[in-house]
Amino acid sequence: MIWQHIIFGQLSLAALPQNPIAWGGAVVFVGGLVVSLLAITYFKFWGTLWREWFTSLDPKRIGIMYLIVSLVMLARGGSDALLMRLQQATSVGASSGVLSSEHFQQIFSAHGSIMIFFVAMGLMFGLINIVLPLQIGARDVAFPFLNSLSFWLFVAGAALVNCSLILGDFSTAGWLSYPPLSELAYSPTVGVDYWIWSLQISGIGSLLSGINFFVTIIRNRCKGMTPMRMPMFTWTVAGSMSLVIFAFPILTVTLALLALDRSLGFHFFTAGAGGNMMMYVNLIWAWGHPEVYILVLPAFGIFSEVVPVFSGKKLAGYTSMVLSVLAIVFFSFLVWLHHFFTMGAGANVNAFFGIMTMVIGIPTGVKMFNWIFTMYKGRIRFMTPMLWFMGFVVLFTLGGVAGVVLAEPAADYQLHNSLFLVAHFHTMIVSGVLFGFFAGLTYWLPKVLGFKLDESFGRKAFWCWLIGFILAFGPLYILGFMGATRRLDHYSAALGWQSLFIVAGIGAAIISLGFAFQIAQIVRSIRRRRANADTTGDPWDGRTLEWSVPSPAPAYNFAILPIVHSLDAFWHEKEKVRAEGKGFERVLINASDYEDIIMPKNTGAGILIAVFVFALGFGIVWHIGWLVAVGFLGAVIAITLRAFAEDTEWTMTAHDVARAEAAAHKHHLTRHAA
Amino acid sequence: MYKTEFITTEEDRKNDATVVFGFWMYLMTDFVLFASLFATYAVLRTGAMPGSLVFSAPFVLLETVILLTSSFTSGLTLLAARSGSRAWVVAGLVTTFSLGARFLTMEMSEFSKLIAEGSGPQTSGFLSSYFTLVGTHGLHIAVGLVWATALAIAIARAGLTRSNMRKLMLWSMFWHFLDIVWIFIFTIVYLLAL
Repeated sequence: MIWQHIIFGQLSLAALPQNPIAWGGAVVFVGGLVVSLLAITYFKFWGTLWREWFTSLDPKRIGIMYLIVSLVMLARGGSDALLMRLQQATSVGASSGVLSSEHFQQIFSAHGSIMIFFVAMGLMFGLINIVLPLQIGARDVAFPFLNSLSFWLFVAGAALVNCSLILGDFSTAGWLSYPPLSELAYSPTVGVDYWIWSLQISGIGSLLSGINFFVTIIRNRCKGMTPMRMPMFTWTVAGSMSLVIFAFPILTVTLALLALDRSLGFHFFTAGAGGNMMMYVNLIWAWGHPEVYILVLPAFGIFSEVVPVFSGKKLAGYTSMVLSVLAIVFFSFLVWLHHFFTMGAGANVNAFFGIMTMVIGIPTGVKMFNWIFTMYKGRIRFMTPMLWFMGFVVLFTLGGVAGVVLAEPAADYQLHNSLFLVAHFHTMIVSGVLFGFFAGLTYWLPKVLGFKLDESFGRKAFWCWLIGFILAFGPLYILGFMGATRRLDHYSAALGWQSLFIVAGIGAAIISLGFAFQIAQIVRSIRRRRANADTTGDPWDGRTLEWSVPSPAPAYNFAILPIVHSLDAFWHEKEKVRAEGKGFERVLINASDYEDIIMPKNTGAGILIAVFVFALGFGIVWHIGWLVAVGFLGAVIAITLRAFAEDTEWTMTAHDVARAEAAAHKHHLTRHAA
Repeated sequence: MYKTEFITTEEDRKNDATVVFGFWMYLMTDFVLFASLFATYAVLRTGAMPGSLVFSAPFVLLETVILLTSSFTSGLTLLAARSGSRAWVVAGLVTTFSLGARFLTMEMSEFSKLIAEGSGPQTSGFLSSYFTLVGTHGLHIAVGLVWATALAIAIARAGLTRSNMRKLMLWSMFWHFLDIVWIFIFTIVYLLAL
């Protein structure tokens, strides 16, 4: 017994799933993993995968890996959502539905944590990786290795969350794990520990990414790109990353303090011994509210790129757009208390935060009007990215109005903790963040894949998401007014709520259909990649620098670093040629005009460090002392060795650059002719 | 910036400046981290303050003097590096390391004394926040010591190469930063308790 404890900590066979639905989850997850591993082995893909992907420091490849992990996690978080909808549609009166209360609580906790940390954050960093360096005319991010490490820490966190499907349980304390419920006394199993360590590990990765991209924007812009010539997406990423820099350390501390309480018996947030659980709520929201803007600012940036391109006009009110980003960054730190008006901070405090919350709606409103003004008298092409935008405008405005209702403390006392709130923030996150990222995927993936995504499936996916969303969340607004609280796993038939819950369930099913269309879209686009090939590198008649290089963009991004003289530099370059009555053609420069390019060497250090950190997290969750020691020491040694590693770069000679450029040009010409 | 032959191009200089700027950004995040811990301490300090807890003023002052001196020697180390003297740099690192290690052992002995007296971090919210705030600083010091050791080895081996110079610069920034955090701890934790 003693030996078993030393080797396995608290881990035992009892940790395996205990009911059919949990078994189902575990089997699907492990089965999917085994099938993927076998497929990779069968197609002899391991070597390529390791050499060209896992060890790659190319932000475009790291970006694609982020997107793949996020889409897998979206499937996981979406299944959780379906189960919740199924439970709430069926668990009424005498029927107790498909899930136990305990399991239902795990599922809503997992759904929220996964959707924010491993879907929204992952899609965001994926898109930033793919586009940002290209958009500012840079060859790479400021710290290429750090970027790879961030990604692998993100994967380690995601892996830890998924371990809870198979071994032990997940937190039942909600996506933000408020104490005292999340304390050991009330959550004695490993669930909350899984939550803490998966978020801590991926959160540190996000913090490193925040620093990396902020420094990239400040230091790596090409010549001539003054701040007021930066594309809007770059501006929003700069705002978002500065929020990461200021907000994520607070999350690191909060999670660490909760972990100290749970693992070492400290008393930060306990109900007795001088702990203060209200402090937790303040700390977590001092991170949590800026987090909302961390996610939505880049989505705003994507719309600010998509709308001008698909309207054939420049963005209306560029300066006011920049100022509104800065205003949002500033105010996002002054509204956190609106998440807990009912804590009882007093009328004046609540009034201040209520007013601030309404104030922060103003810069967002400015953006809404500017996008609509951009469309005004434009030659609008209603393609998928634009459809996502139109869906966003309607839903986000409605959700924002619901938010202003909630910002009124007196109203919030009635509406807080109800499904009205759930409907509000899903409207903001789904239509704001997700729709934005989906538009970004359709818009930018051609740049790295070399082919456009299938338009017809893209449209079908959009309509399913839009209609499904309205059906799924419309009823929740009404139910919230009727008094339905969030996190409800059973209710009385006499309340008459069931029909609305069934409508919401149908909506969720339609959203899943939309997700299925998106997967089908990817598959079909890969199969028809020749027909949908982006032969020009500029499939949408774009305005910014990323469209000035061929698709897929070369590893070094730009053979010759661009120099810009205005906002929308690439557009103006094209306009100059068009003014002479010619079509814009990318031309090859003289082979002798190329220069040597210094590139980072691929390295497995990021993945190695992440494996150790994963072991550390898993060891802490299950109280396995030796694994904690191995993980900790391994990570420290690996980081030190990498920090002092020399010879991390290689030089691509001007000759090789010239050859690669000529080959890409020839390829482009032949494909163009075909 | 450096008087060594290793800096050659404008590109190198720009890259070094980017790294230094990035490190400043990291230090900002660390400031926010400590700010959160200070806030936590301020909130929980009003809670159950144990009457038995008395900090010894001369002890804490000695700790402070040792840490401030180590910051001074880390500055001297950087000056030695700029004048290109490998031996003095290693000597400076060793001196700073010894002072830092002395500081850390003093902190450890204070911690163990408190724990032996029954005032460990598990006793109350106040002591949890005290140990965590001061301990997190101590943990950073430990990281700085490991870093100094690795730097001394790398410089003794390969000399004042450009990458070693850059790392020395970052380490020195890190060490000064810990000094500043300590000044806040000294004031807010110790002076207010005396």
